[in-house]
Amino acid sequence: MRKALVIIGSLALLTACSGNGTQDASGAIAVEATDDACKVARTSAGTGNVTFEVTNKGTKVTEFYLYAEGDRILGEVENIGPGLTRKLIVEVGESGKLQTACKPGMKGDGIRGEFTVTGDAKKATDADAQLAEATKSYQRYVNSQADQLLVKTEEFVNAVKAKKVDEAKALFPISRIYWERIEPVAESFGDLDPKIDGREDAIEPGTEFTGFHRLEKDLWVDGLKDDSPKIADQLLVDVKDIVNKAKTVELNPTQLANGAKELLDEVATGKITGEEDRYSHTDLWDFRSNVDGSQAAVAALRPVIAAKDAALATSLDEKFKALDEALEKHRKGDGFKLYTELTPDEIKALAETLDALGEPVSKVAEVVTSK
Amino acid sequence: MTANLPRRRLLGLAGAGAALAGAGAAVGAFASNRPDPEIENLSAAKVPFHGAIQAGITTLAQDHMHFVALDVKTTKREELVALLKEWTKAAERMTSGLEAAENGAVGGHIQAPPKDTGEALDLAASALTLTIGFGPSLFDQRFGIADQKPEALIDLPLFPLDDLDPLRSNGDLCIQACANDPQVAVHAIRNLVRIGFGKVAVRWSQLGFGRTSSTTRAQTTPRNLFGFKDGTRNPKAEDTDLLRDHVWVPKGEGPEWLAGGTYLVTRRIRMHIEIWDRTSLFEQEQIVGRTKGEGAALGQTKEFDEPDLNVKGAEAIPVIGEVAHIRLASPESLGGARILRRGYNFTDGSDGLGHLDAGLFFIGFNRDSRKAYVPMQQALSSKDEMMEYVEHTGSAHFAIPPGVREGGYWGDTLFK
Repeated sequence: MRKALVIIGSLALLTACSGNGTQDASGAIAVEATDDACKVARTSAGTGNVTFEVTNKGTKVTEFYLYAEGDRILGEVENIGPGLTRKLIVEVGESGKLQTACKPGMKGDGIRGEFTVTGDAKKATDADAQLAEATKSYQRYVNSQADQLLVKTEEFVNAVKAKKVDEAKALFPISRIYWERIEPVAESFGDLDPKIDGREDAIEPGTEFTGFHRLEKDLWVDGLKDDSPKIADQLLVDVKDIVNKAKTVELNPTQLANGAKELLDEVATGKITGEEDRYSHTDLWDFRSNVDGSQAAVAALRPVIAAKDAALATSLDEKFKALDEALEKHRKGDGFKLYTELTPDEIKALAETLDALGEPVSKVAEVVTSK
Repeated sequence: MTANLPRRRLLGLAGAGAALAGAGAAVGAFASNRPDPEIENLSAAKVPFHGAIQAGITTLAQDHMHFVALDVKTTKREELVALLKEWTKAAERMTSGLEAAENGAVGGHIQAPPKDTGEALDLAASALTLTIGFGPSLFDQRFGIADQKPEALIDLPLFPLDDLDPLRSNGDLCIQACANDPQVAVHAIRNLVRIGFGKVAVRWSQLGFGRTSSTTRAQTTPRNLFGFKDGTRNPKAEDTDLLRDHVWVPKGEGPEWLAGGTYLVTRRIRMHIEIWDRTSLFEQEQIVGRTKGEGAALGQTKEFDEPDLNVKGAEAIPVIGEVAHIRLASPESLGGARILRRGYNFTDGSDGLGHLDAGLFFIGFNRDSRKAYVPMQQALSSKDEMMEYVEHTGSAHFAIPPGVREGGYWGDTLFK
């Protein structure tokens, strides 16, 4: 159950570098907020971290904002009670005309003031054409997988509703292939992931157990129930929703790299332990698909990786190949052996090969984002 | 051989011992007394066993722990009481640096197995504390104390993502041994278990190294195996008002025997450290909500700057994320609830898949687990991004009786 960090992570990047202790407290700009004034001690700063210390000397609870052009929020601190002093550290990447605002009573446009930032741009830019191409290429991959996810989920849902148990069981791991390949993207839509892919022991109290794993349990353990068709319908609705969202999400290279790593984390904590598909034991299908998805993201970034760190590119190629070979040993018919058919030694061998790949994949984000 | 010979003579430490005694007494009286920071370095120090509260809760956190949970096997109340008395005697001795029994390791009959197991013979008291607790299952029909069961001593609910091993969970009794020398802690548990054979049996036990919380302001904030400072906002021994409100059970709340006691929750939290180690610093800090180096809350500059949950960055996204660990666990998010944490890191070998079986043995004391620990863990288990990297594999809940007065015994307020 990975949540919205992929998306939130990139946006928060601008402010997250604060708090490292480098900013001298004496460099802070005092702001005196009252019910009808907003006195900012200094109205200019250089690019980089700008620290405000906002003291509420009024009688109303107030807020303080730093806005870029068009009222784009660069930073804010809310709920400053009368008499309190609160700190706001904002990383301002570019020079420009900004605005400060105090909002006594926490409403309205507030009491505005000009604030000028000068100096060199500190903000990283994604202008690199190779990176732009990488994200486009991966976006195409996500789109193609999302399309297939919808097609196969529909087939699976129809089989469940027609009470064709054997057919539904055969389609279960297949529909999940496409889900597992783009899991970090799909999972970034917080509310939908637990509905579609929540495990019985992982859902919040008071939340209904729905989605793939509920139907898995019905098919393999409990037998189809009266509400199974309803659960199946809901699964299709949720998958449609996530497919539409996944196709419109805007990704950046850091997200691609982290997504590649997260897919392998999923394998290490969920699939290698047999926890994911505990009723059907079709974990190796999911394993394969997570690795496919990871490899697709790395492949999209590969030209950039090769240009910046050729040794890492080679290492990634080798380790992906080794894991491919280790997995392919467990092919059986059109699919894979069940998790329960693996010996402890075989599981350990897979875990070790996976660890070996996890290390170089964890270095991709740094390489692609470094200058 | 002199019967009461200390295991090791402590020259020149009389002053330190006295200072520690002062700290213990002060906590018992809910008063403030700043311990001498140098005591932390004195592995030899003795912590008084007797007092209004048990030692090992607000005591300056020692570096090592051996925790044991036991099931009572005898069905006779008097046998259990006799054991508690015998344990108390041995605990009094061992915490003052003596052997578990007089003429222990080598002073007895040559044809008899020694009364003390001997491995701590040359070691100092090492600030050993021994703390006893009673689990919910003790209050069944066996010992005539069913009507004394505190309402707050619940069986903890199953939290989302729990992967509890029954062989690492629960128990009728627990004994926490903390010391600055691991061998002293293990020696204490070993000898207490030995005294109990036939009457109690070990259910599970856990070794811990490296405290993960500080319990007094004299101590620096230690780091857990994620590499982050842990317990920055822990209430400290000096915060007597916080402890009164959030840790100690007051008279009139629950059964009388527990007044001045507390509740203990233990959780064995396995960390997927290999996965964590492949996570970028940025993401690690986002998950925790603090910087890794200084330990400052995001948006602040110094470790002890109060986290400000109201600060937002670009696009009005909170600087301390909605699902950041420190936000979810903060008193601000939990209606003011607080817990005194006193956990330890552990590494129990490996898991057979090439990964270390490592993590955090969470120890938390609170006044009413239903109002503090349970809502906190409910929030963490359902929302905390950190759950991707941890798995709770053991769980237990105990009522911790008040301290033992001179001449008393462990649990005497319950069994008198």
